[in-house]
Amino acid sequence: MENSLPKSAGGLKASQPAVRGSLKFIIGGALILAAVVYLIAASLMSPGGTQYFLTVDELNGRAAEMTGREVRISGVVLGDTIQYDPKTLDISFSVAHIPGDNQEIEKLGGLAAVLKEAAHNSSLQHLKVKYNGAKPDLLKDEAQAIMTGKLGADGVFQAEELLLKCPTKYEEAVPEQSTN
Amino acid sequence: MIANFGFGALLICFVVSLYGIGAAIYGVRRNALAWTESARAAMLLTWPLLTLAAVSLVYLLVAGHYEVQFVYNVTSSAMPLYLRMTALWGGQAGSLVFWSWLMSAFASAVMLRSWQRDREFQPWVIVVSLVTLAFFLGLVIFVENPFARFWQTANGMQVISMFQPAGGTLLLPPDGRGLNPLLRHPGMIIHPPMLYLGFVSFVIPFAFAIAALITGRSDDRWIRLTRRWTLVAWLFLSLGLVFGSRWAYDVLGWGGYWGWDPVEIAAFMPWLSGTAFLHSVMIQEKRGLFKRWNLVLIIITYSLVIFGTFLTRSGVLSSVHAFAQSSIGPLFFSFISITFLISMALLLRRWNDLRSEGHMTSLLSRESLFLVNNLLFMGILVVCMWGVLFPLISELFTGQKVTVGPPFYERATGPLFAGIIFLMGIAPLSAWGHSTIKTLGRAVWKPALAALLVLIGALAAGVRSVAALITVFLIALTACITLYEYGRGVAARMRRSGENPLTALWRLAGRNRRRYGGYIIHLGVTLMAVGIIGIEMFQSETQGALKPGETLELGRYAVTFRSLAQFDTPDGRNVARAVLDVSRDGRPLGQLYPRRDYYYDSQQPMTIPGVRSSVEDDLYVLLVDWQPISSEGATFKVYHNPMINWLWAGGLVFILGTFVAAWPSREELAVVRVPAKLAVSEP
Repeated sequence: MENSLPKSAGGLKASQPAVRGSLKFIIGGALILAAVVYLIAASLMSPGGTQYFLTVDELNGRAAEMTGREVRISGVVLGDTIQYDPKTLDISFSVAHIPGDNQEIEKLGGLAAVLKEAAHNSSLQHLKVKYNGAKPDLLKDEAQAIMTGKLGADGVFQAEELLLKCPTKYEEAVPEQSTN
Repeated sequence: MIANFGFGALLICFVVSLYGIGAAIYGVRRNALAWTESARAAMLLTWPLLTLAAVSLVYLLVAGHYEVQFVYNVTSSAMPLYLRMTALWGGQAGSLVFWSWLMSAFASAVMLRSWQRDREFQPWVIVVSLVTLAFFLGLVIFVENPFARFWQTANGMQVISMFQPAGGTLLLPPDGRGLNPLLRHPGMIIHPPMLYLGFVSFVIPFAFAIAALITGRSDDRWIRLTRRWTLVAWLFLSLGLVFGSRWAYDVLGWGGYWGWDPVEIAAFMPWLSGTAFLHSVMIQEKRGLFKRWNLVLIIITYSLVIFGTFLTRSGVLSSVHAFAQSSIGPLFFSFISITFLISMALLLRRWNDLRSEGHMTSLLSRESLFLVNNLLFMGILVVCMWGVLFPLISELFTGQKVTVGPPFYERATGPLFAGIIFLMGIAPLSAWGHSTIKTLGRAVWKPALAALLVLIGALAAGVRSVAALITVFLIALTACITLYEYGRGVAARMRRSGENPLTALWRLAGRNRRRYGGYIIHLGVTLMAVGIIGIEMFQSETQGALKPGETLELGRYAVTFRSLAQFDTPDGRNVARAVLDVSRDGRPLGQLYPRRDYYYDSQQPMTIPGVRSSVEDDLYVLLVDWQPISSEGATFKVYHNPMINWLWAGGLVFILGTFVAAWPSREELAVVRVPAKLAVSEP
C-alpha cells in the first residue's frame, strides 16, 4: 500500500491538466512581481526616498517650491567661508554654482577646471550651508560638495549628508614640477 | 625600455587573441581539429604573455619609474614594497591589466582539462573567453595604456604618449603622487583581487553556456561542467564583498560597512544574479526544469560582471556620478549591449529545444520554493538596477535629475531579504516534486518552537521594533531549522552505523557536500543577518570635545581622554594619536588609540578608528579634531555598534560553507558519474 503511493501520485500528476497546474504558478509569480513593483513605488514615494538633484542656481530659482523638501545640491566649496567649531562640531560654509550637466562640464574643460574657475568667480550665485558633524578631511577650497538636506526658510541650506570630491587629486595630470 | 617590453607583450597578446578567435571559428567551419588545436594553443599563450606584461608593470611600480604616468599616479618613494606591488590594481589602467591576466589564467586552466566528452564545446569556449579578453586588451592598448609615459616635445609642450614624439625627451618626475591613502589598507589589498577573481570566473560558466547554445546541446552538461567554477566565482565574489565591507568599516570612518553607493551596488548585482543561478541550476539538474531561465541568469550575470568591472575599477572616491566622465564608458556600454544581444539572440534561436522535461505541480515543492527564491533575488536586483538607473531615467522623462538614497534601498529590499531568509529556512525541508502544508508543518514545528523562544527572549530584552522582531524570529527560525536538519542527519547516521557524533557529522557533510555545505552557508547568512540587524537598527552614537581627564558616555560605556601625541613616521605620514581609557559599567576595559594619519605625498588625511570588539558589540571611536599646539583638548565621535561582529563571523562561516560545497567529493574524484535521470530520486 505504502509502496504504491508515490506511483499513483505520479499518475495523478500526469493526468492533471497542465494549464490548471501552471495557473497557480503564474498567479504566484505575478504576486511576487507585484510585490516588487509595489516596494519600489512605495519606497520612491516615501519621505526621503528620492531627492531632486539640483544646482545652486536651480535651488535659488525655485527656493519657494523647494523650501523644507529634501534635496541634493552640488556646488563648489569656497575655502574662505569655512567656519568650524570643534566643540559643537558646527560647520558652516558657502558653495558656489557649478553646472550639473556632465557634458556641459566637459565642454568647459573638465570638472577640475570648472571647480577652480567657479571658486574664484564672484559673479556666481552662492548658497550658505550648515552642517553638524566631524569636519570631513576633504572639506577645502575648490572641492566639489554634494549635499543632501533641506533649504530652511532663512535661505540657509541645512545639510544632513555631506559628500566631498577632490577631482584634481585623482585626475591624471602632467606633473607640474619635473626634471629632465 | 621595460615599458616598451610590457606594451609589446600586451600587443602580441592582443594579436594572438584575435588569431585564436579566428582559428576557432574557422576550425568549426572546416570541421578541422587542427585549427581548434591551434586556437587552444593561442588561448594558452595569452597567459604567459600577460604575465610578462603584468610583471613589467609591477617592476616599473617597484623600481619607481615615475616617467610612466600610471606609476606616477599610484606610487611614491615613501610607499613600502608590498604597497608598490599591489598598486597594480590601485588605478584603472593597472586594474584592467590585472583583470586580463586573471581572465587568461582561468581560461587557460579550463583548456587544460580533459575535453574528450565535450569536443564540440571547446572552440566556442575559446571564442567567448578570447572575445572577452580581447575587449579588455583593446581597452588597455588603445584607451587606458598603463605604459604611457610623459614626454616633453621640442616646442616645450608636455604630452602623454606611449612612443617618443618627434624630437621629444622623456620627462622624469622626482617622485610620484602616491596611492590614495584610503587604498593603503590590508582590506584594500585583498578586496579588489577577490572581487576580480569572482568577476572573472563567472566568464567560464557563461562561455560554456554560450557554447551549449551554439552547438545546440540542450542537456545540462554545461551546468555540470561548470558547477565548480560557478561556486568558485561565487566564493570569490562573496569574499570580495565581505572584505570590502570590512575595509569600509575600518577605513572610511563613518561607523558603517555598506552605504548603497553605486559602486557597491555594481559589485553586489552580479552576486545577486549569480546566487539565483546557483540555486536554480540545481532544479535543472534534479528535475530538468528552468533550462531557459538558467541561461538568462548566466547571461545577465556576465553582463553585470562586465558592468561591475567598469563601475568599480577606479576605486572609491570617483563613485558619485563620476562614471560618465570616463572615456571608456561608451566602449563598455557598447560591449555589454552587443554581447547581451548576441547571447539573447542565440538563446531565442534554441528556445524550442530548451523545453522543460516536466512541469511543477506543487506550490510548496522544493523546485517551486527555489523559483520563489530566484524571483526574490531578481527582485532585489531590479530594485538595485532601478536605483542606479533612476537618475538617468528621471532626467530623460522629466528633464529633472532625481536621485535615490539609502532609505530607498533599505525600504524596498528589506522585505525581500526577509522573504529570502524565511525561504532559506523552509526550502530545505520541502521535498522535490511534491510537498504539502502538512508535510512541511510536521518538519517545521519543533524548530519553530525554538525560534519562538528566541522571539520571547528578544521581547524580554526590551526589543520593541516590529521589523526587528519579525527579522529576529525569521533568523532564529532559519538557524534552528538548519541546525535541526544537521542534528537529524547526524542522529540517523549514529543510529545506523554507531559512529560518534563528530565522525557522523564529518561523514554526513562529506557524503553530500553540496547540501550540507549549503546549510553551513545558510547558517553564515543568518549570523550575518544578526549583525546587520544589530548595526542597522540599534546603532547609537555620541560626540564631544574633551579636555584631558574628561569623560564621554555612551550607553554602558565611558571613554576618558588621556593624552594626544603628534609625530612623523618614516613612511611619510604625520600621525596624531589619542589615548583613551575605556570602561563599561565602571569597570576598566583597557585603552583605545584612534588616530589621524596625514600623508605628505598625497596631501590627504585619513581617519583610523580605535575599536574595541566583543561578541556583543563594538565600541568605535573616531578622533575628529584636536588643538595641536597646546594639546588642550580633542573632539571624538563614538559609535556603539551592537552585534556587528556577528556579521564578520557569519562571513567566515559562509566562506567555510562554500569551501565544503565546492570541495570535490570522493565519487567525483573517482570520476564516477550518475546519469541525470537517476539523480532525481535524491532528496
